[in-house]
Amino acid sequence: MQYSISTSFMIPTWKRILSHPKPHTAFDLRQNTISRSSLAAGYRQAQQELTKAGPNMVLISRSFTGFLTQLSSLTHHNAFSVSAAAAAIQKMTRVRVVDNSPQGTTPWHRAPRVIHVYTKNGVGKVGDRVLLAIKGGKKKALIVGHKMPGERMNPRFDSNNVVLIEDNGNPTGTRIKVPLPTHLRKMEGEYSKLLAIASRFV
Amino acid sequence: MAVCTRRLDKVMCSIRLLRNVKHQNERFLSTSLCRLALESDGGNPTTFTPPSKPVIIDKTQTEASLRKFLSPEFIPPRQRTNPLKFTIERKDMIQRRKVLNIPEFYAGSILAATMADPHATGKVNRFVGICIQRGGHGLGATFVLRNIISGQGVEICYELYNPRLQKLEVLKLEKRLDSNLMYLRDALPEYSTVDPDMKPVPHSVTGEVPVNTTRVRMRPKPWSKRWERPKYAVKGIRFDLYLTPEKMEHAQKWAQPWLEYDMLKEYDTTELEKRIFAEVQAEMTK
Repeated sequence: MQYSISTSFMIPTWKRILSHPKPHTAFDLRQNTISRSSLAAGYRQAQQELTKAGPNMVLISRSFTGFLTQLSSLTHHNAFSVSAAAAAIQKMTRVRVVDNSPQGTTPWHRAPRVIHVYTKNGVGKVGDRVLLAIKGGKKKALIVGHKMPGERMNPRFDSNNVVLIEDNGNPTGTRIKVPLPTHLRKMEGEYSKLLAIASRFV
Repeated sequence: MAVCTRRLDKVMCSIRLLRNVKHQNERFLSTSLCRLALESDGGNPTTFTPPSKPVIIDKTQTEASLRKFLSPEFIPPRQRTNPLKFTIERKDMIQRRKVLNIPEFYAGSILAATMADPHATGKVNRFVGICIQRGGHGLGATFVLRNIISGQGVEICYELYNPRLQKLEVLKLEKRLDSNLMYLRDALPEYSTVDPDMKPVPHSVTGEVPVNTTRVRMRPKPWSKRWERPKYAVKGIRFDLYLTPEKMEHAQKWAQPWLEYDMLKEYDTTELEKRIFAEVQAEMTK
Protein backbone atom coordinates (compact mmCIF):
# COMPACT_ATOMS: atom_id res chain seq x y z
CA MET A 1 0.00 0.00 0.00
CA GLN A 2 1.42 3.34 -0.97
CA TYR A 3 1.53 5.86 1.86
CA SER A 4 2.02 9.51 1.24
CA ILE A 5 2.03 12.63 3.29
CA SER A 6 -1.11 14.71 3.31
CA THR A 7 -0.79 18.30 4.38
CA SER A 8 -3.06 21.18 3.74
CA PHE A 9 -0.73 23.89 4.91
CA MET A 10 2.94 24.41 4.63
CA ILE A 11 4.64 22.01 6.99
CA PRO A 12 8.39 22.27 7.03
CA THR A 13 10.34 19.06 6.81
CA TRP A 14 11.12 18.97 10.50
CA LYS A 15 7.44 18.67 11.37
CA ARG A 16 7.09 15.56 9.25
CA ILE A 17 9.60 13.98 11.47
CA LEU A 18 7.88 12.06 14.13
CA SER A 19 9.53 11.67 17.40
CA HIS A 20 12.08 13.56 19.37
CA PRO A 21 15.47 11.99 18.84
CA LYS A 22 16.40 9.77 21.74
CA PRO A 23 19.43 10.96 23.68
CA HIS A 24 21.56 7.96 22.81
CA THR A 25 20.91 7.82 19.08
CA ALA A 26 20.80 10.41 16.36
CA PHE A 27 19.20 8.46 13.59
CA ASP A 28 18.24 10.02 10.33
CA LEU A 29 14.68 11.01 11.04
CA ARG A 30 13.90 11.79 7.44
CA GLN A 31 13.63 8.07 6.82
CA ASN A 32 10.33 7.97 8.67
CA THR A 33 7.08 9.13 7.22
CA ILE A 34 3.55 8.76 8.39
CA SER A 35 0.42 7.39 6.82
CA ARG A 36 -1.98 9.89 5.37
CA SER A 37 -4.82 9.41 7.80
CA SER A 38 -2.73 9.53 10.96
CA LEU A 39 -0.88 12.61 9.77
CA ALA A 40 -4.05 14.38 8.77
CA ALA A 41 -5.60 13.55 12.11
CA GLY A 42 -2.42 14.54 13.81
CA TYR A 43 -2.27 17.92 12.15
CA ARG A 44 -5.90 18.61 12.72
CA GLN A 45 -5.32 18.00 16.39
CA ALA A 46 -2.16 20.05 16.37
CA GLN A 47 -3.90 22.85 14.57
CA GLN A 48 -6.74 22.76 17.06
CA GLU A 49 -4.22 22.96 19.83
CA LEU A 50 -2.49 25.87 18.17
CA THR A 51 -5.72 27.72 17.48
CA LYS A 52 -6.90 27.20 21.04
CA ALA A 53 -3.73 28.90 22.14
CA GLY A 54 -4.16 31.78 24.49
CA PRO A 55 -1.34 33.69 26.05
CA ASN A 56 0.29 30.48 27.21
CA MET A 57 2.16 29.53 24.09
CA VAL A 58 4.70 27.61 26.11
CA LEU A 59 2.13 25.06 27.18
CA ILE A 60 0.77 24.68 23.69
CA SER A 61 4.14 24.22 22.10
CA ARG A 62 5.03 21.64 24.74
CA SER A 63 1.86 19.70 24.05
CA PHE A 64 2.52 19.93 20.33
CA THR A 65 6.00 18.54 20.61
CA GLY A 66 4.72 15.94 23.03
CA PHE A 67 2.12 14.96 20.50
CA LEU A 68 4.74 14.51 17.82
CA THR A 69 6.47 11.91 19.90
CA GLN A 70 3.37 9.72 19.83
CA LEU A 71 3.28 9.31 16.07
CA SER A 72 5.50 6.65 14.75
CA SER A 73 5.47 4.30 11.86
CA LEU A 74 8.08 3.35 9.38
CA THR A 75 7.05 3.52 5.75
CA HIS A 76 8.89 4.44 2.60
CA HIS A 77 11.61 7.09 2.31
CA ASN A 78 10.72 10.64 1.43
CA ALA A 79 13.89 12.67 1.84
CA PHE A 80 14.33 15.99 0.07
CA SER A 81 16.28 19.08 0.93
CA VAL A 82 14.82 22.47 1.76
CA SER A 83 16.87 25.53 0.96
CA ALA A 84 16.80 28.65 3.10
CA ALA A 85 14.60 31.55 2.04
CA ALA A 86 16.58 33.39 -0.63
CA ALA A 87 14.14 35.61 -2.50
CA ALA A 88 10.85 36.39 -0.82
CA ILE A 89 8.03 34.58 -2.61
CA GLN A 90 8.20 33.48 -6.20
CA LYS A 91 6.84 30.72 -8.42
CA MET A 92 6.81 27.27 -6.88
CA THR A 93 7.27 28.46 -3.28
CA ARG A 94 5.22 26.53 -0.81
CA VAL A 95 3.24 28.85 1.43
CA ARG A 96 1.21 28.64 4.57
CA VAL A 97 -2.44 29.70 4.40
CA VAL A 98 -3.23 31.47 7.66
CA ASP A 99 -6.95 32.11 7.48
CA ASN A 100 -9.72 29.71 8.45
CA SER A 101 -11.09 29.18 4.95
CA PRO A 102 -12.05 25.57 4.14
CA GLN A 103 -9.69 25.52 1.15
CA GLY A 104 -6.81 26.55 3.33
CA THR A 105 -7.43 24.24 6.24
CA THR A 106 -8.53 20.89 4.77
CA PRO A 107 -5.71 18.44 4.25
CA TRP A 108 -4.25 17.69 0.84
CA HIS A 109 -1.33 15.58 -0.24
CA ARG A 110 0.51 18.62 -1.66
CA ALA A 111 1.24 21.89 0.03
CA PRO A 112 -0.23 25.02 -1.60
CA ARG A 113 2.25 26.45 -4.07
CA VAL A 114 2.59 29.82 -5.76
CA ILE A 115 2.24 29.55 -9.51
CA HIS A 116 2.20 33.24 -10.43
CA VAL A 117 3.17 36.49 -8.74
CA TYR A 118 1.32 39.63 -9.86
CA THR A 119 4.28 42.01 -9.81
CA LYS A 120 6.64 43.40 -12.45
CA ASN A 121 9.48 41.16 -11.31
CA GLY A 122 8.45 37.74 -10.21
CA VAL A 123 9.17 38.42 -6.55
CA GLY A 124 6.36 38.81 -4.07
CA LYS A 125 6.64 40.77 -0.84
CA VAL A 126 4.04 41.69 1.79
CA GLY A 127 0.97 43.12 0.13
CA ASP A 128 1.46 41.48 -3.27
CA ARG A 129 -1.13 39.25 -4.90
CA VAL A 130 -0.21 35.77 -5.97
CA LEU A 131 -1.94 32.86 -7.63
CA LEU A 132 -1.86 29.62 -5.69
CA ALA A 133 -2.32 26.03 -6.79
CA ILE A 134 -4.32 24.70 -3.87
CA LYS A 135 -6.32 21.47 -3.62
CA GLY A 136 -6.15 20.81 -7.32
CA GLY A 137 -7.43 24.26 -8.23
CA LYS A 138 -6.27 27.85 -8.62
CA LYS A 139 -6.94 30.58 -6.10
CA LYS A 140 -5.69 34.12 -5.64
CA ALA A 141 -4.05 35.08 -2.39
CA LEU A 142 -2.36 38.00 -0.63
CA ILE A 143 1.06 37.73 0.96
CA VAL A 144 0.96 38.80 4.60
CA GLY A 145 4.43 37.87 5.76
CA HIS A 146 7.56 36.23 4.50
CA LYS A 147 10.75 34.67 5.81
CA MET A 148 13.04 36.99 3.93
CA PRO A 149 14.24 39.97 5.95
CA GLY A 150 12.91 43.22 4.53
CA GLU A 151 13.08 46.79 5.77
CA ARG A 152 14.47 47.60 9.19
CA MET A 153 11.75 48.21 11.79
CA ASN A 154 9.39 45.87 9.90
CA PRO A 155 8.64 42.39 11.21
CA ARG A 156 10.03 39.23 9.64
CA PHE A 157 8.03 36.06 10.09
CA ASP A 158 9.23 32.49 10.47
CA SER A 159 6.96 31.23 7.70
CA ASN A 160 5.67 32.52 4.36
CA ASN A 161 2.10 33.47 5.23
CA VAL A 162 -0.67 33.99 2.76
CA VAL A 163 -4.42 34.79 2.97
CA LEU A 164 -6.84 33.45 0.36
CA ILE A 165 -8.66 36.14 -1.52
CA GLU A 166 -11.37 36.61 -4.16
CA ASP A 167 -10.84 38.58 -7.37
CA ASN A 168 -12.36 41.70 -5.85
CA GLY A 169 -10.05 41.57 -2.81
CA ASN A 170 -12.47 40.09 -0.30
CA PRO A 171 -10.99 37.40 1.93
CA THR A 172 -12.34 33.87 1.65
CA GLY A 173 -12.00 33.07 5.34
CA THR A 174 -13.56 34.79 8.31
CA ARG A 175 -10.70 35.00 10.77
CA ILE A 176 -6.94 35.43 10.77
CA LYS A 177 -5.34 34.33 14.00
CA VAL A 178 -1.73 34.90 12.97
CA PRO A 179 -0.26 38.40 13.56
CA LEU A 180 -0.08 40.67 10.51
CA PRO A 181 2.46 43.43 9.86
CA THR A 182 1.16 46.94 10.53
CA HIS A 183 2.45 48.34 7.24
CA LEU A 184 -0.22 46.21 5.53
CA ARG A 185 -2.67 48.85 6.80
CA LYS A 186 -1.46 51.12 4.00
CA MET A 187 -3.75 49.23 1.63
CA GLU A 188 -6.79 50.18 3.69
CA GLY A 189 -8.85 50.90 0.59
CA GLU A 190 -8.27 47.71 -1.33
CA TYR A 191 -8.12 45.14 1.46
CA SER A 192 -10.15 46.78 4.21
CA LYS A 193 -12.23 43.62 4.79
CA LEU A 194 -9.08 41.54 5.15
CA LEU A 195 -7.65 43.95 7.71
CA ALA A 196 -10.98 43.86 9.55
CA ILE A 197 -10.85 40.09 10.07
CA ALA A 198 -7.26 40.22 11.30
CA SER A 199 -7.07 39.67 15.06
CA ARG A 200 -3.58 40.93 15.73
CA PHE A 201 -1.05 43.34 14.27
CA VAL A 202 2.65 43.37 15.03
CA MET B 1 13.29 72.43 53.60
CA ALA B 2 16.97 72.63 54.21
CA VAL B 3 19.05 75.28 55.85
CA CYS B 4 21.44 77.81 54.34
CA THR B 5 23.46 78.42 57.44
CA ARG B 6 25.58 81.23 56.09
CA ARG B 7 22.76 83.54 55.04
CA LEU B 8 20.56 82.97 58.10
CA ASP B 9 23.04 84.67 60.36
CA LYS B 10 21.87 88.01 59.01
CA VAL B 11 18.10 87.44 59.15
CA MET B 12 16.16 86.86 62.37
CA CYS B 13 12.65 86.68 60.96
CA SER B 14 13.33 83.44 59.18
CA ILE B 15 13.52 81.49 62.43
CA ARG B 16 9.87 80.48 62.14
CA LEU B 17 10.67 78.73 58.84
CA LEU B 18 13.25 76.62 60.59
CA ARG B 19 10.55 74.36 61.94
CA ASN B 20 10.59 71.87 59.04
CA VAL B 21 14.19 71.13 58.46
CA LYS B 22 15.20 67.89 56.86
CA HIS B 23 18.56 66.80 55.61
CA GLN B 24 18.31 64.52 52.64
CA ASN B 25 21.48 63.07 51.21
CA GLU B 26 23.38 66.20 52.14
CA ARG B 27 21.28 68.33 49.86
CA PHE B 28 21.82 72.06 49.94
CA LEU B 29 18.86 73.97 48.65
CA SER B 30 18.38 77.67 48.80
CA THR B 31 14.84 78.58 49.75
CA SER B 32 12.60 81.55 49.90
CA LEU B 33 14.59 82.53 52.97
CA CYS B 34 17.08 84.35 50.84
CA ARG B 35 14.36 86.22 49.01
CA LEU B 36 12.63 87.18 52.28
CA ALA B 37 15.94 88.28 53.69
CA LEU B 38 16.58 90.55 50.74
CA GLU B 39 13.09 92.05 50.79
CA SER B 40 13.18 92.79 54.47
CA ASP B 41 16.40 94.73 53.94
CA GLY B 42 15.07 97.88 52.38
CA GLY B 43 11.73 97.29 50.70
CA ASN B 44 13.41 98.09 47.38
CA PRO B 45 12.44 95.78 44.51
CA THR B 46 15.35 93.45 43.95
CA THR B 47 16.21 91.63 40.74
CA PHE B 48 15.25 88.00 40.67
CA THR B 49 18.13 85.76 41.57
CA PRO B 50 17.42 82.19 40.62
CA PRO B 51 18.08 79.63 43.33
CA SER B 52 21.36 77.77 43.04
CA LYS B 53 21.23 74.35 41.45
CA PRO B 54 20.85 71.45 43.89
CA VAL B 55 23.95 69.38 44.31
CA ILE B 56 23.00 65.79 44.91
CA ILE B 57 25.95 63.79 46.10
CA ASP B 58 24.94 60.14 46.13
CA LYS B 59 27.36 58.58 48.55
CA THR B 60 25.81 55.09 48.40
CA GLN B 61 27.62 54.09 45.20
CA THR B 62 31.15 55.07 44.37
CA GLU B 63 32.07 55.70 40.78
CA ALA B 64 34.49 52.81 40.85
CA SER B 65 31.78 50.24 41.68
CA LEU B 66 29.39 51.24 38.85
CA ARG B 67 29.62 48.92 35.89
CA LYS B 68 31.54 50.47 33.00
CA PHE B 69 29.66 49.74 29.82
CA LEU B 70 30.47 51.09 26.38
CA SER B 71 27.87 50.20 23.77
CA PRO B 72 29.53 48.11 21.05
CA GLU B 73 28.48 50.42 18.23
CA PHE B 74 30.82 53.14 19.55
CA ILE B 75 33.88 51.04 18.81
CA PRO B 76 34.86 51.81 15.21
CA PRO B 77 35.72 48.90 12.94
CA ARG B 78 39.20 48.62 11.54
CA GLN B 79 38.82 50.30 8.20
CA ARG B 80 40.70 52.60 5.89
CA THR B 81 38.43 55.55 6.66
CA ASN B 82 39.19 58.92 8.13
CA PRO B 83 38.78 58.84 11.94
CA LEU B 84 36.97 62.17 11.55
CA LYS B 85 33.98 60.20 10.28
CA PHE B 86 33.80 58.30 13.56
CA THR B 87 34.15 61.42 15.70
CA ILE B 88 31.34 63.17 13.87
CA GLU B 89 29.18 60.05 14.10
CA ARG B 90 29.91 59.75 17.80
CA LYS B 91 28.81 63.34 18.31
CA ASP B 92 25.47 62.57 16.61
CA MET B 93 25.05 59.37 18.60
CA ILE B 94 25.62 61.18 21.89
CA GLN B 95 23.15 63.87 20.86
CA ARG B 96 20.50 61.22 20.24
CA ARG B 97 21.33 59.48 23.51
CA LYS B 98 20.68 62.73 25.39
CA VAL B 99 17.12 62.64 24.07
CA LEU B 100 16.40 58.92 24.25
CA ASN B 101 17.77 56.78 27.03
CA ILE B 102 19.41 53.76 25.40
CA PRO B 103 20.10 51.34 28.24
CA GLU B 104 22.78 48.74 28.57
CA PHE B 105 21.74 45.39 27.10
CA TYR B 106 23.28 42.29 25.57
CA ALA B 107 22.19 39.46 23.30
CA GLY B 108 19.94 37.35 25.50
CA SER B 109 18.34 40.26 27.34
CA ILE B 110 14.61 40.77 27.12
CA LEU B 111 13.66 44.19 25.80
CA ALA B 112 10.48 46.13 25.09
CA ALA B 113 10.76 48.56 22.19
CA THR B 114 8.12 51.23 21.50
CA MET B 115 8.25 52.83 18.08
CA ALA B 116 6.11 55.38 16.28
CA ASP B 117 3.98 53.73 13.65
CA PRO B 118 1.59 55.71 11.42
CA HIS B 119 -0.39 52.58 10.64
CA ALA B 120 -0.75 51.21 14.16
CA THR B 121 -3.63 51.97 16.49
CA GLY B 122 -2.60 54.75 18.84
CA LYS B 123 0.31 55.55 16.54
CA VAL B 124 2.71 53.54 18.73
CA ASN B 125 3.74 49.96 18.40
CA ARG B 126 5.20 48.10 21.38
CA PHE B 127 7.11 44.88 20.83
CA VAL B 128 8.60 42.69 23.54
CA GLY B 129 11.21 40.11 22.67
CA ILE B 130 14.55 38.54 23.37
CA CYS B 131 17.53 40.22 21.74
CA ILE B 132 19.19 37.68 19.48
CA GLN B 133 21.77 39.86 17.75
CA ARG B 134 23.42 43.27 18.04
CA GLY B 135 25.01 44.47 14.84
CA GLY B 136 26.18 47.48 12.94
CA HIS B 137 28.51 50.32 13.84
CA GLY B 138 27.83 53.95 14.53
CA LEU B 139 24.42 55.37 13.72
CA GLY B 140 23.40 52.26 11.79
CA ALA B 141 23.58 50.04 14.85
CA THR B 142 20.76 47.51 15.00
CA PHE B 143 19.42 44.85 17.32
CA VAL B 144 16.99 42.05 16.53
CA LEU B 145 14.17 41.16 18.91
CA ARG B 146 12.50 37.80 18.60
CA ASN B 147 9.22 36.56 20.06
CA ILE B 148 6.57 34.00 19.29
CA ILE B 149 3.10 35.51 19.01
CA SER B 150 0.05 33.31 18.50
CA GLY B 151 2.29 30.45 17.43
CA GLN B 152 4.05 32.54 14.81
CA GLY B 153 7.71 33.43 15.25
CA VAL B 154 8.28 37.14 14.63
CA GLU B 155 11.58 39.01 14.51
CA ILE B 156 11.98 42.77 14.20
CA CYS B 157 15.33 44.39 13.43
CA TYR B 158 15.32 47.77 15.17
CA GLU B 159 17.78 50.57 14.47
CA LEU B 160 19.06 52.02 17.76
CA TYR B 161 19.31 55.58 16.47
CA ASN B 162 16.17 55.63 14.35
CA PRO B 163 14.03 58.63 15.41
CA ARG B 164 10.94 56.40 15.23
CA LEU B 165 12.16 54.54 18.28
CA GLN B 166 10.50 56.25 21.24
CA LYS B 167 11.28 54.08 24.22
CA LEU B 168 13.58 51.19 24.97
CA GLU B 169 13.16 49.29 28.23
CA VAL B 170 15.21 46.41 29.47
CA LEU B 171 12.80 44.00 31.12
CA LYS B 172 15.48 41.48 32.00
CA LEU B 173 19.19 42.19 31.77
CA GLU B 174 21.24 39.08 31.23
CA LYS B 175 23.84 37.58 28.97
CA ARG B 176 23.92 34.16 27.35
CA LEU B 177 26.70 31.79 26.47
CA ASP B 178 26.88 33.24 22.93
CA SER B 179 26.76 36.78 21.58
CA ASN B 180 24.62 35.70 18.62
CA LEU B 181 21.46 33.72 19.27
CA MET B 182 20.32 33.13 15.69
CA TYR B 183 20.07 29.44 16.52
CA LEU B 184 16.90 30.19 18.45
CA ARG B 185 15.14 30.03 15.07
CA ASP B 186 15.85 26.30 15.02
CA ALA B 187 15.32 25.79 18.72
CA LEU B 188 12.10 24.68 20.34
CA PRO B 189 9.58 27.55 20.51
CA GLU B 190 9.60 27.69 24.30
CA TYR B 191 13.07 29.29 24.22
CA SER B 192 11.92 32.20 22.07
CA THR B 193 8.59 32.87 23.77
CA VAL B 194 8.47 35.99 25.88
CA ASP B 195 5.36 37.19 27.71
CA PRO B 196 4.36 40.57 26.19
CA ASP B 197 3.05 41.77 29.56
CA MET B 198 6.19 40.85 31.40
CA LYS B 199 7.12 43.06 34.35
CA PRO B 200 10.67 44.43 34.42
CA VAL B 201 13.01 42.37 36.57
CA PRO B 202 15.15 44.66 38.77
CA HIS B 203 18.86 44.45 38.08
CA SER B 204 21.82 45.92 39.89
CA VAL B 205 23.92 48.73 38.45
CA THR B 206 27.10 47.37 39.97
CA GLY B 207 28.84 44.08 39.57
CA GLU B 208 28.79 41.55 36.76
CA VAL B 209 25.85 41.02 34.44
CA PRO B 210 24.22 37.63 35.20
CA VAL B 211 24.95 34.96 32.59
CA ASN B 212 22.11 32.60 31.70
CA THR B 213 23.77 29.27 31.09
CA THR B 214 20.75 27.47 29.60
CA ARG B 215 21.69 25.15 26.76
CA VAL B 216 18.87 25.08 24.32
CA ARG B 217 17.08 22.04 22.89
CA MET B 218 16.64 22.10 19.16
CA ARG B 219 14.09 20.88 16.68
CA PRO B 220 15.15 17.82 14.71
CA LYS B 221 17.67 18.41 11.98
CA PRO B 222 17.90 19.89 9.31
CA TRP B 223 18.56 23.28 10.82
CA SER B 224 18.77 26.55 8.91
CA LYS B 225 22.51 26.63 9.50
CA ARG B 226 24.91 23.88 10.54
CA TRP B 227 25.30 25.21 14.05
CA GLU B 228 27.66 22.43 15.08
CA ARG B 229 30.39 23.79 12.80
CA PRO B 230 33.23 25.67 14.52
CA LYS B 231 32.74 28.89 12.53
CA TYR B 232 29.59 29.61 14.54
CA ALA B 233 31.22 28.57 17.83
CA VAL B 234 27.87 27.96 19.48
CA LYS B 235 28.04 27.01 23.14
CA GLY B 236 24.37 27.30 24.00
CA ILE B 237 22.99 24.22 22.19
CA ARG B 238 22.76 20.72 23.59
CA PHE B 239 24.47 18.99 20.73
CA ASP B 240 24.75 15.74 22.63
CA LEU B 241 21.04 15.14 22.12
CA TYR B 242 21.14 15.48 18.34
CA LEU B 243 24.61 14.61 17.12
CA THR B 244 26.81 11.60 17.75
CA PRO B 245 30.42 12.22 18.74
CA GLU B 246 31.40 11.03 15.24
CA LYS B 247 29.27 13.78 13.68
CA MET B 248 30.77 16.36 16.02
CA GLU B 249 34.23 15.24 15.00
CA HIS B 250 33.21 15.43 11.34
CA ALA B 251 32.06 19.01 11.91
CA GLN B 252 35.52 19.88 13.22
CA LYS B 253 36.83 19.29 9.69
CA TRP B 254 35.68 22.82 8.93
CA ALA B 255 37.71 24.23 11.79
CA GLN B 256 40.36 26.81 10.92
CA PRO B 257 42.73 26.57 13.88
CA TRP B 258 45.31 28.84 12.27
CA LEU B 259 42.95 31.85 12.52
CA GLU B 260 43.68 32.12 16.23
CA TYR B 261 47.35 32.80 15.47
CA ASP B 262 46.84 35.13 12.51
CA MET B 263 48.54 38.36 13.51
CA LEU B 264 47.07 40.44 10.72
CA LYS B 265 43.58 39.72 12.03
CA GLU B 266 44.43 41.03 15.50
CA TYR B 267 42.49 44.12 16.49
CA ASP B 268 43.16 45.26 20.01
CA THR B 269 40.53 47.76 21.04
CA THR B 270 41.37 48.22 24.76
CA GLU B 271 43.09 51.61 24.41
CA LEU B 272 40.51 52.81 21.90
CA GLU B 273 37.69 51.69 24.19
CA LYS B 274 39.13 53.55 27.19
CA ARG B 275 39.52 56.73 25.21
CA ILE B 276 36.06 56.55 23.67
CA PHE B 277 34.46 55.64 27.00
CA ALA B 278 36.03 58.67 28.69
CA GLU B 279 34.91 60.89 25.80
CA VAL B 280 31.35 59.57 25.87
CA GLN B 281 31.11 59.88 29.68
CA ALA B 282 32.30 63.47 29.54
CA GLU B 283 29.84 64.40 26.80
CA MET B 284 26.87 62.69 28.43
CA THR B 285 27.36 64.33 31.82
CA LYS B 286 27.66 67.84 30.31
